[in-house]
Amino acid sequence: MTDLTAEAPVLTTRDGKPLKASLARALRREKLRSLMLIAPLLVFIVVTFLAPIADMLFRSIDNRIVAETLPKTVVALAQWDETSGNLPDETVFQALHDDLLIAVEEKTHTRLGSRLNYEASGMSSLFRTTGRRVKRMEDGSYAEQFINADKDWGDVKTWQILKRFSPPYTAGYFLNAVDAQVTPDGIEMKPENQRLYLLLFARTMMLSLIITFSCLLFGYPIAYLLATLPLRYSNLLMILVLLPFWTSLLVRTSAWKVLLQQQGVINDALVWAGLVSNTDRLVLINNQTGTIIAMTHILMPFMILPLYSVMKTISPSYVRAAKSLGATDWTAFWRVYFPQTVPGIGAGAILVFILSIGYYITPELVGGTEGIFISNRIAYHISSSLNWGLAAALGVILLAMVLLLFYVYDRIVGIDNVKLG
Amino acid sequence: MRLKALILATTACALIGGTAVAKDMTIVSWGGAYSASQNNAYHKPYMAANPDINIINDESSNEAVAKLRAMNEAGNITWDLVDVVAADAIRLCDEGLAMEINHDEALAPAPDGTPASEDFGPMIVSDCYIPQIVYSTTFGYRTDVAEWNGKEPQDICAVFDLENFPGKRSLEKRPINNVEWALLCDGVPKDEIYDVLATDEGVDRALAKLDTIKDQVIWWSAGAETPQLLADKEVVIGSTYNGRLFSLIEEQDQPVKMLWDAQVFDLDGWIVPAGLPEDRLAMVMDYLKFATDTQRLADQAKYISYGPARQSSAPLVGKHAELGIDMAPHMPTDPANAQNTFLYNYEWWADHRDDLDAKFQAWLTR
Repeated sequence: MTDLTAEAPVLTTRDGKPLKASLARALRREKLRSLMLIAPLLVFIVVTFLAPIADMLFRSIDNRIVAETLPKTVVALAQWDETSGNLPDETVFQALHDDLLIAVEEKTHTRLGSRLNYEASGMSSLFRTTGRRVKRMEDGSYAEQFINADKDWGDVKTWQILKRFSPPYTAGYFLNAVDAQVTPDGIEMKPENQRLYLLLFARTMMLSLIITFSCLLFGYPIAYLLATLPLRYSNLLMILVLLPFWTSLLVRTSAWKVLLQQQGVINDALVWAGLVSNTDRLVLINNQTGTIIAMTHILMPFMILPLYSVMKTISPSYVRAAKSLGATDWTAFWRVYFPQTVPGIGAGAILVFILSIGYYITPELVGGTEGIFISNRIAYHISSSLNWGLAAALGVILLAMVLLLFYVYDRIVGIDNVKLG
Repeated sequence: MRLKALILATTACALIGGTAVAKDMTIVSWGGAYSASQNNAYHKPYMAANPDINIINDESSNEAVAKLRAMNEAGNITWDLVDVVAADAIRLCDEGLAMEINHDEALAPAPDGTPASEDFGPMIVSDCYIPQIVYSTTFGYRTDVAEWNGKEPQDICAVFDLENFPGKRSLEKRPINNVEWALLCDGVPKDEIYDVLATDEGVDRALAKLDTIKDQVIWWSAGAETPQLLADKEVVIGSTYNGRLFSLIEEQDQPVKMLWDAQVFDLDGWIVPAGLPEDRLAMVMDYLKFATDTQRLADQAKYISYGPARQSSAPLVGKHAELGIDMAPHMPTDPANAQNTFLYNYEWWADHRDDLDAKFQAWLTR
């Protein structure tokens, strides 16, 4: 071996290859092997989690339906000057007739109507009624026949909408999601009485912060007790923490309804004790108070468990040492014990905050009108109005907000400081 | 040895049995008392007549619209028949997610030979829709409210009258029905309501009327909420579906009465998802013909207080299967109850739902 190294300037392995390359190859093989070990999970996550999310998010700008359903009309409309105040000329109407004939055959015209109805009321029935008439139209003077079928075709606004939403991608959903709209004069905010989403985003943030803070406030002492009590008591306490955690979310939320409503247990007890009069019972539910109370309770275990696991590792001798050196109880807690629990607080806070920002079942049931979150609107657009584009745009904004907060959090607290156990 | 033979025999039986009951049909509905009534009136007799078909109940009608779209995009339709309200049927038909039906060909005629399309008449609000029942959204009120000094609500405007009828109310968390009632009680004639609502001022006017009771309203999103709130004395008057109030009053014996005034009729019925394979479609159409004939629709009213959608079924409505009470006076379509009804304008709402909903939600959160 020593001879070999002495003779050759480059280190080689036994089969004569340079050692460096051989090492790199071995390492690469090892990496590949570990990659193959996690490959099933990776593929699973990409296929069932990342791809659907990407697909859903893409819908927030996707507007291909207009050009796909009315290809000729879109081309013909490009020549039309929408600011002129005149209706498009006959060629556009003829193109519309040709496109609609095919669309009616494939039954896609009503789908386009639903899409455009998100932008202007009346589009849905416009396409439905025109679809019924278009087969019976005769050659020539299409403009007149279309306006006969539905007078909205004689309105310049209809054509302006059609032209504005003919490109394959649109910012319309995103503008809608921040209470803005495109008008012929450019982008502007919607009228005061139609603004909704910015308020809901702000409220979601605010309430989530309050919920996180109250979880910390109530969870901290419980976690402390869990970590310091003798085993037989702390085990019992742990069961009390975990039992609600294992109970169905709906059951817990309904239980809060029974407790909090005006004729409910809490109000009855207060009236019985003479603390509030029977005529003005407290309104504890169907408002923000209800959302905060119920969600603090539901998310509490997510705060307690990380705190507990961190507190469990803190040796009691530190506090004893501080006290023996003359610290008061408060100083010993605040200067010695508390800083050591910060990683647990960080983990708990981020868990609770991110979970609560996307919550919708509990706010829907106990939040009334003031206590609902942005996710309630997202759910509505997914399941009722079928406006998936707007739901996706709202989702993208929510995701961006969470990522931004995560970044700020990383800057201030440091993600390395977070400890889950 | 005997044991081995026994095992072999049972396995063989199970295998043969398994192939014999192979045809499953998934029917989607609302669950609860409503699904039970369909099960008793349609599914059980159909399965008894067709032992090779097994009906599976799926209680997903609430999210049917979204799920059907997702299934359609994935190209894998797992449902065979879906129960939806009329507005959803129109939306599904527009989106191309429901199949168009030739009512006269697909459905049985009335016993006197009237074709199905005439027997259902104006209830067929969409080419894809096969109506089953007429239900109404109406109000129930408690009869033991001390603050009312013995008065009882006589008409819909009692809901907006906090002076004579103080207390909390429950209304559905959506504009449909609420804005119509508000305008009606603001003095708009019934036949002009949708014209007024089509203008911005009209919407503002309706919301302004609702503003007068806004702080006394608990908003519901599930039909079971109002009966619960009434039973808990949380509200003194509230809107919900008439069948829910029927079970609250007749089955649970609560001190609650119906206020039929200005009840809004709506429909519930079937749609067939678009894109079913040939064999499953044939199976579904056979079931549909059976389950929507005159007698079957009348049978459903034995179990729940919703009116059959066929004209020819009305005279056949009998007594409640368990309570033994006459069902006719509890039907929303009964002449005594239907003195002042409000017809839901499907076409209008299909156009204005998105716009009005945005305005309504913005108003709610203010």
